[in-house]
Amino acid sequence: MNAADTPLAEAPATGTADARPVVLEAKDLVRTFSSGSALNPTRVSAVDGVSLQLRAGEVLGVVGESGCGKSTLARMLVGLDRPDAGTLSYRGDDVTAGRRRDRRLLRRGVQMIFQDPYTSLDPRMTVHDIIAEPMAAARTARAAERTERVAELLGLVGLSDEMMGRFPHQFSGGQRQRIGIARALALEPDVLVCDEPVSALDVSVQAQVINLLGDIQKRLGVSILFIAHDLSVVRHIADRVAVMYLGRVAEIGDTDAIYERPAHPYTQALLSASPSLSRADRGRLSRRRILEGEPPSPVNPPTGCRFNPRCWMSTEECRTTVPLLREIPEPLPLERLVACHRAEDAVTAAA
Amino acid sequence: MTIGGAVSSVDSAESDHILRVRGLSVAFTGGSRTVDAVRDVDLDVSRGELVALLGESGSGKSVTARAIMGLVDEHTSVRASEMRLGDIDLLALSEGARRRLRGERMSLVLQDALSALNPVLSIGDQIGELFRVHRRATRKQAHASAVDLLGLVGIPAPSRRVDDYPHQFSGGMRQRILIAMAIALEPELLIADEPTTALDVTVQAQILELLDSLRAQLNMGVLLITHDLGVVMEVADRLAVMYGGRIVERGDADSVLDAPAHPYTEALLRSVPQVEARGGQLLTIPGSPPSPAQIPSGCAFHPRCHLAIDRCSTERPELLQITPLRSTACFRSEELIDERG
Repeated sequence: MNAADTPLAEAPATGTADARPVVLEAKDLVRTFSSGSALNPTRVSAVDGVSLQLRAGEVLGVVGESGCGKSTLARMLVGLDRPDAGTLSYRGDDVTAGRRRDRRLLRRGVQMIFQDPYTSLDPRMTVHDIIAEPMAAARTARAAERTERVAELLGLVGLSDEMMGRFPHQFSGGQRQRIGIARALALEPDVLVCDEPVSALDVSVQAQVINLLGDIQKRLGVSILFIAHDLSVVRHIADRVAVMYLGRVAEIGDTDAIYERPAHPYTQALLSASPSLSRADRGRLSRRRILEGEPPSPVNPPTGCRFNPRCWMSTEECRTTVPLLREIPEPLPLERLVACHRAEDAVTAAA
Repeated sequence: MTIGGAVSSVDSAESDHILRVRGLSVAFTGGSRTVDAVRDVDLDVSRGELVALLGESGSGKSVTARAIMGLVDEHTSVRASEMRLGDIDLLALSEGARRRLRGERMSLVLQDALSALNPVLSIGDQIGELFRVHRRATRKQAHASAVDLLGLVGIPAPSRRVDDYPHQFSGGMRQRILIAMAIALEPELLIADEPTTALDVTVQAQILELLDSLRAQLNMGVLLITHDLGVVMEVADRLAVMYGGRIVERGDADSVLDAPAHPYTEALLRSVPQVEARGGQLLTIPGSPPSPAQIPSGCAFHPRCHLAIDRCSTERPELLQITPLRSTACFRSEELIDERG
């Protein structure tokens, strides 16, 4: 992988992480949907040139507001949707084309955990059949072995193997999410793509699922792409974070660097808007930067930097030229890339 | 306080309560058996104060809100020993009088703004309706008032947008419109049921700030119903925590959040990720919240509680006052406080 020779990847703080091989790599992924009527066709630019590398055993968080393209990105990474442009490779094999062989490879290696545990499990299948289905489809095991493996997987996610014969409606939301996780692990994938895995759960149950994912990551060494809108959850679990805005990566890098010294104005606004979890910070409400307006829709996005209409620092350049992801010079930590023409000023202003 | 017993003690120094509820119980009688969704809830909200009602799904927080508003169907039985809005006894009112009160002196903001608005009426018509029904305003006056209100809740170019329909607004803007309708007649009490749950964080911040500034501007009491600890941390003056249909802890937000006296509150606070404990194990509460149809005996939280003793499964702890400003329903709250102190 070329990225290994860039100074970014060799930054000392993430040095150990970089020795690990890249398992999943996306380069300049683009996905556009057609929308509107025949008379008034519109194009929705959901993902526009996103590049990501996921290394073995790494947890990469993806944060952003609704409409930023994070779910479309997740669907492309697991092969549920095909990019219009760009390449996706799994362990060095280009699987972008979605040929039969590509899909098989991707399915074995990359699995998805869905947001809503109430709709992502077939209500007419038993837990056994739900968890065994990936193995049956991939023909990796005989029926008897599959049952053994289902019991093992249920144990791994903290459920009893006596529950195998039950149906999804007999379980609570947290338990269903565990079943979804067991199903995703059935083929021993290298990568788990989790699309908002806890946001449909009750607060007191979220922590159980977050711990379980962390535990599985450590025990099995899988890489996790963790998509969430809850910034504190991402900070807890992720090694690196990518902040997305309207289909593009605004900032990507080491979790501490991004949370402590955000360099993109959007990251700064997002962090200051999320309610703090300590009472001492109360009243930040009046001090914090509250963004004007709504996240604009990905239908006919703004030109130049897509954040420019809401940005308090935007200049003429921002309205015309798309900012590329780039490093920003010392004294900042290097282990991050930011797509902003005025990142240096943004950091200085925030400090 | 006129009613005897510890249950009636009020955790608030102010006496100018806008809302005063005592012994509120709500049961659903529609099915084959009666489900007690809310039991014995006491609540007070003063002018200019923001009280948060925190709970998970099935804890009875939304049912409480609807019962206070009087928005219940025939399969719901609401009982209370006292329910007053200012000087009005809500229990003694006829349905018609109750209806006139809604919007005028108390109002409700719902979570799902799209389904709460009428898709075939323009925003101006929907807001204007309040003035025409309650204030007998003319169409023209109602329209002008609607424009003013839209400006007040921060909708850009209100005179142009007033004739738009709900689908032409984004989620955050719709929520602002609902808030505009709720505050149109300057009610004394605003009940907001999960007003920011469906919204993005940057929009949530805008809405919370709007609620906060309107409360000060109009001197309203706000009852904010939420499951989100972050929201509570940010805006609450006082706090009531519900579990299994009952209030398990109540008090001023600062002390409850700093030093919770009920194991449920404590566990909730500790189960959210903290910056210092990054990457480690989060404290978890085993199991999941009970369904209102199957509330455990004794203390409803005992099957999930790490401090539970035998007594907790048989006997229900009363909500007792522990300091002048706080109450909690736990046999072991003193140990919980000592343990920390």
